[in-house]
Amino acid sequence: MGVEETSGHKAQSDLSRHEADHPSSAVAHFAAHEPLMLDCGFALAPWQIAYQTYGTLNKDRSNAILICHALTGDQHVANINPVTGKPGWWTSMVGAGKPFDTDRFFIICANVLGSCMGTSGPASLNATTQNPWAVDFPVVTIRDMVRAQARLLDRLGIESLFCVAGGSMGGMQVLQWASTFPDRVFSAIPLATGAKHSAQNIAFHEVGRQAVMADPDWHGGHYRMQGIRPEKGLAVARMAAHITYLSEGALHRKFGRRLQDRAAPTFSFDADFEIESYLRYQGRSFVERFDANSYLYLTRAMDYFDLADDAGGKLAAVFKGTKARFCVASFTSDWLFPTRDSRAIVHALNAAGASVSFVEIETDKGHDAFLLDEPVLFATTRGFIDAAARARHLPEASR
Amino acid sequence: MNDHSSRVDLLLVADMIEKGARVLDVGCGDGSLLQILTDQRQVDGRGIELSQSGVNGCVAKGLSVIQGDADTDLIDYPDDAFDYVILSQTLQATRQPREVVKHLLRIGRRAIVSFPNFGHWRIRAQVAFLGRMPVTKNLSYAWYDTPNIHFCTIRDFISLCDELQADVEKAVALDRNGSAMRMNLPWAVWNMFGEQAVFMLKRHGIK
Repeated sequence: MGVEETSGHKAQSDLSRHEADHPSSAVAHFAAHEPLMLDCGFALAPWQIAYQTYGTLNKDRSNAILICHALTGDQHVANINPVTGKPGWWTSMVGAGKPFDTDRFFIICANVLGSCMGTSGPASLNATTQNPWAVDFPVVTIRDMVRAQARLLDRLGIESLFCVAGGSMGGMQVLQWASTFPDRVFSAIPLATGAKHSAQNIAFHEVGRQAVMADPDWHGGHYRMQGIRPEKGLAVARMAAHITYLSEGALHRKFGRRLQDRAAPTFSFDADFEIESYLRYQGRSFVERFDANSYLYLTRAMDYFDLADDAGGKLAAVFKGTKARFCVASFTSDWLFPTRDSRAIVHALNAAGASVSFVEIETDKGHDAFLLDEPVLFATTRGFIDAAARARHLPEASR
Repeated sequence: MNDHSSRVDLLLVADMIEKGARVLDVGCGDGSLLQILTDQRQVDGRGIELSQSGVNGCVAKGLSVIQGDADTDLIDYPDDAFDYVILSQTLQATRQPREVVKHLLRIGRRAIVSFPNFGHWRIRAQVAFLGRMPVTKNLSYAWYDTPNIHFCTIRDFISLCDELQADVEKAVALDRNGSAMRMNLPWAVWNMFGEQAVFMLKRHGIK
């Protein structure tokens, strides 16, 4: 790693540290007398939630769509990300004329509780100690994230959401929304997700967490006090996780056994293969924008997610009486949240008599497919959203 | 499973359903019937379809359709979940038609089943005189690639209804041109000259 590159990284990581308390997006502050009650029993106060909005809320306040981001996502869905300088993470789906049409809908995305982009989390300052919370931050759940979002919507004066949508951990939040606040959800789009985290998924998360905690620079979680970060551990965690977001087919197609800028193996442990070089890059760029402790907290929240637990183990009971319409989608090559996970959700919704659409989309792009340009996902979402908009008497698309 | 647009039974089925009913279309294909029912009858319609391309097309049209299999997935639906459950030209392609019809009667207050009549004289004639498996305009598959594995005749279907203690509320046979045959003809005539049949059934004893 060259000197110049290092200083560039430092600038970006300083920026991401600044975002944790002073986000460049909008932020709602909740004072000491407005605590957020968490599943673990902790009353979090004061706390804050950072969010982005796109489009205009209509007079009836009936056109709001909440987008829920995934594990390492943030509220910058469709604008240039202030830390990375790259386009938002879902510009394929959110924007003027897109399925989540900013010309027709008021779109909200909030940074999740426990993350590091301006919503309270381990990277935020603890008002009591004036130090970063670090591992003293309470362990949060998917339901806590959703409660925080609901408090934000209360602030914004939005009683009922036209739609809640998201993939992966975002999809978990979508399901939790439908379960915890059934009267506030008109339609729901859980993508590439499951109603519970599988043993295999918990296992991968544990590998990631152990990599972070094994890094001596983690300092028992209090690395910020030492002016340092567990970069190596977090990078390894990201590399391992990244493999689970792809598929064997896509890896073969994109990298195969090709060598990186060399004609023959070097008989060393350099990144000889393109795939090694790619993963190293993914790990390196991740640590510049993401807080290691946040990674521990958010993976934990996913591990704890088991929606049926709320209803004595019967998933159908979770959705009993729901009036929301659902559109579930999975991807054929997604082995992190395989189609059978989506099918379990669909079966439960059917048993509950809910209105549900379900498509399995053929792709070799693995779990990450929901973030990518997938024409079938595009057409499915658009058809579902347009039909839901008609049912809610929202104006038709102009184009 | 079949091309809905050319299917003569669609409008006939649609006519049997009142406005605003809750409807499940099992084997809904490209969603043509659901679309008709939604547009003309304002039903609360759902569909199950085996083929992924069919499902994707339906959902893109805004229909509530899931990818699923009549043989395995009907068990998920609670009793009396729908006013009407429709099985349109799909019965003959199921692995366990008897079980499927039982589920239809359980899930819906009324079950509407349409199927090609294997007792039609042209089919009988092909088997009797040519000694070949029949291939007709409506049943255009060869024996080795047909998805239709459980054909029945109108009479066979009536005896299945008896066995399942289902009441036949309505029955219509369609002739070659797709027009409904006169109601008061005896079953034997329908069985000989009806190319397709549409039945509305209910569990014995329910209103």
